Amino acid sequence: MSAVVKAGGALAEYTDERLGIAPFMKRSLNKVFPDHWSFMLGEIALYSFIILLLSGTYLTLWFKPSMTEIVYNGSYVPLDGVKMSEAYASTLNISFDVRGGLLMRQIHHWAALFFLVAMTVHMLRVFFTGAFRKPRELNWVMGAGLLTLGILEGFAGYSLPDDLLSGTGLRIAEGIVLAIPILGTWLSFLLFNGEFPGLDFIPRLYTVHVLLIPGIILALVTVHLMLVWHQKHTQYPGPGRTEKNVVGFPLLPVYMAKAGGFFFVVFGVTTLMAAIITINPIWAFGPYTPDQVSAGSQPDWYMGWLDGAVRITPNWEWNIGNYSISWNIFLPAVVLAGAIFTALGAYPFIERWATGDNREHHILDRPRNAPTRTALGVMAIGFYGMLWISGGNDIIATTFDLSINTITYVLRVAVFVVPPIIFIITKRICLSLQRRDHDKLLHGIESGNILRTPEGEFIEIHLPLGDKEKAKILGKVDHVPIALESGVDENGVANPKGRTARLRAKFSHWFYGDNVYLPTAAEIEAAEAHAAHDYHEQHAVIDDFRGLEITSEPVLHSPAIGGHESNPHQH
Amino acid sequence: MSDIATPGTTADEHGHDLGDLELPNGRPAPAPLPHEPRRADVDPKAARRAERQVSTMFIVASLLVLAFLAAYIGIDKNVVIALPVIGTMSASNLALGLTLGLALFLIGAGAIHWAKKLMPDIEVVQERHILESSPTDREEAISVFQAGATESGFGSRKIIRRSLITSLVLLPLPLVIILRDMWVTPSDSPSPNELLSETIWTEGERIVTDGSYRPIRPEDIPVGGLVNVVPASLEKVEEAEGTLNARAKAASILVRMTPAEIRSQQGGSAEEPWDVQGILAFSKICTHVGCPISLYQQRTHQLLCPCHQSTFDLADSAKVVFGPAARRMPQLPITVDSEGYLVARSDFQEHVGPSFWEQGAS
Repeated sequence: MSAVVKAGGALAEYTDERLGIAPFMKRSLNKVFPDHWSFMLGEIALYSFIILLLSGTYLTLWFKPSMTEIVYNGSYVPLDGVKMSEAYASTLNISFDVRGGLLMRQIHHWAALFFLVAMTVHMLRVFFTGAFRKPRELNWVMGAGLLTLGILEGFAGYSLPDDLLSGTGLRIAEGIVLAIPILGTWLSFLLFNGEFPGLDFIPRLYTVHVLLIPGIILALVTVHLMLVWHQKHTQYPGPGRTEKNVVGFPLLPVYMAKAGGFFFVVFGVTTLMAAIITINPIWAFGPYTPDQVSAGSQPDWYMGWLDGAVRITPNWEWNIGNYSISWNIFLPAVVLAGAIFTALGAYPFIERWATGDNREHHILDRPRNAPTRTALGVMAIGFYGMLWISGGNDIIATTFDLSINTITYVLRVAVFVVPPIIFIITKRICLSLQRRDHDKLLHGIESGNILRTPEGEFIEIHLPLGDKEKAKILGKVDHVPIALESGVDENGVANPKGRTARLRAKFSHWFYGDNVYLPTAAEIEAAEAHAAHDYHEQHAVIDDFRGLEITSEPVLHSPAIGGHESNPHQH
Repeated sequence: MSDIATPGTTADEHGHDLGDLELPNGRPAPAPLPHEPRRADVDPKAARRAERQVSTMFIVASLLVLAFLAAYIGIDKNVVIALPVIGTMSASNLALGLTLGLALFLIGAGAIHWAKKLMPDIEVVQERHILESSPTDREEAISVFQAGATESGFGSRKIIRRSLITSLVLLPLPLVIILRDMWVTPSDSPSPNELLSETIWTEGERIVTDGSYRPIRPEDIPVGGLVNVVPASLEKVEEAEGTLNARAKAASILVRMTPAEIRSQQGGSAEEPWDVQGILAFSKICTHVGCPISLYQQRTHQLLCPCHQSTFDLADSAKVVFGPAARRMPQLPITVDSEGYLVARSDFQEHVGPSFWEQGAS
């Protein structure tokens, strides 16, 4: 035992005498985590958040959240002598007069983008693999909350420097608040301490950005991770994996080294991006003034869908007496956004109700094995994508020299038409993949090698399926739809709960009805015996041709067949 | 709750699998695979090579940290360098970022390489425990809770329960009410509705260029031209208020077309037209969500908002011809003063900027 390890032991002793945490340590250090690249997505989100806390703390040392107007006299010459807010001037100072300040700013912005990308993709992973199912619904809801908060936090963050781009974003946000029926006008006046833009909004937003939202995110992340820890991680189907175990590597040393190392890798990559790629060059936009804007203004990527929805909603406004409802803004920016996040958070409960699936799930679904869910997910991505494209309709128009009007009209239709088409296509692809898995179990993998028998027949040689691949396919959990019961009992009396039950059964059929069941063990065994027989025969053909005897049993993944078969004429 | 009847499984009322089948689908769980040793497990040379690679990464990381310190001290913050593909960039930012970023990356890569090559890669199997507590535990917990709840009298003492709930429901009110003064409103302050409905444009207010505050004569604007304008008093108002609020409502544009091209205007008569020789004044603030509008196509007289592409026909009362905006852009009635400069005839007759709930009351 090395001295370092001994010292660690002594420290553990010291700690345990005071805290009595040995049993907890023992369990924790041995805790097993399954390994898969897709499990790192949540890690990236967590690490980006830590990077945000670190870099953000640096930025607070120099940033002045004040809208008071001053004249700039810093080292960025093009804006020398220009009137601007202290917020904007201090952001210029961070960028040009604080050594390493620009680096911290760019790390902060890149990390924010990574944070949101990682959260989104992590959520998609959890969705498509069904990891949100019982017992993990609560963690899904927290995740949906974190994503919502992350988007708000990002918007608040890039609004703080008070440059022309972010100020325009705030103006739009104010327009959206004004569109809220009944309360909107007053809400806007409260938020801005009177009219837009006022002098108070950025200081207020600053507190929200550096204290309120990050505090809530930190609390939620902590609980989120505690639940992952307590409930143990899900795992993909594979060799030795069951619903009752976790197969992977222990926290100490492997997982700690990998996860710890991965934090540094994420931090390193973020820093390298900040070193070489300029992001949000606020000095090029100029200070905010409510009467200027630059064409082609785009929000950060995660706000694009919302902007897109606002762009393509037709100009509906109702005037009833003295009052007005701006559906053109309220509908896309408030109702739609609210509905999307509500549906997101509620999804596990909806699926559970519709399928009647009340089991615990620790083995993940491969997306193909839950075709309806996967199709719903891809459909949602398609809907989001259409809105996102709408957010860039002006960029598309100028880049491809198209009419902005035509693009907008097309998108107004496409946002409703494209997602259902995507749903159908995705579902068919999933079912085809299921059938392919079914065939693989029975017939093995196509080797691509064609054999011509002495009779002149051509056969493609199939290779046996590898054990890992086979375990992955066989690990599938078959979902069975709820049986459709008749609405009346044996005496012909209508069941009062019959309608709901029938509706549920229909949902469940819609969800699981097309499932392709895997062959039974007997069928697989028969098919394998058959394949082994074919294999012998094929080998016999090859070896007869070469005048050789078969000396060994078939070998899995044998590359030898290809070798024999590719150049029989040379012998 | 009707649980799914899955072939081959027996499930208890909680949906837990009680059968000896490992997967709830009638198939036995796939067997674990034997471990395949890595190069470093069997070849001491490969192990030593991996050890060298890992430690080299850590050593280079240390050197890069030193290089960061050197760059911090040695590189002037104003030096800009040009790089291929990337373009011009602050030399300090580049050097600090590259050294720090690479150092971090190498520490991480080293740790991962260490874990992958040298730490055990034998998969460990750990049992899961059913998350639900045992029925006995649960019943005990529930009875403890129920006993406590009964002892408290929360259920039986209705008056206490109801008065407590009432006070707790009322308690958040002060916390909400106190937010009212987020808008510190002077006692004589107009209502939000009134504030949003008026700008600092008044009768006789000179129209001046935005930025340089120069007054404008009709002949300064060519046909097809567009000028960004503000009221002459804006500079003083901004000085006094210290905010951009007045500008956010008063910002306007002047466009000039031949009088024959004007199909309609929002007001005016033959004696008191709202235009001056084909010069029209409009608000610059989009009626959709308030972006300043600046894209003007002189051939079609259309004004396009760069934010959400609302399009207005300035030759036809600035009507909405496309996009999400519902209201036309308000027109500012203008004329010339005794010295021949353009002035406003009055404030806007419709409120500028985004729509809001009480806008009809103005």
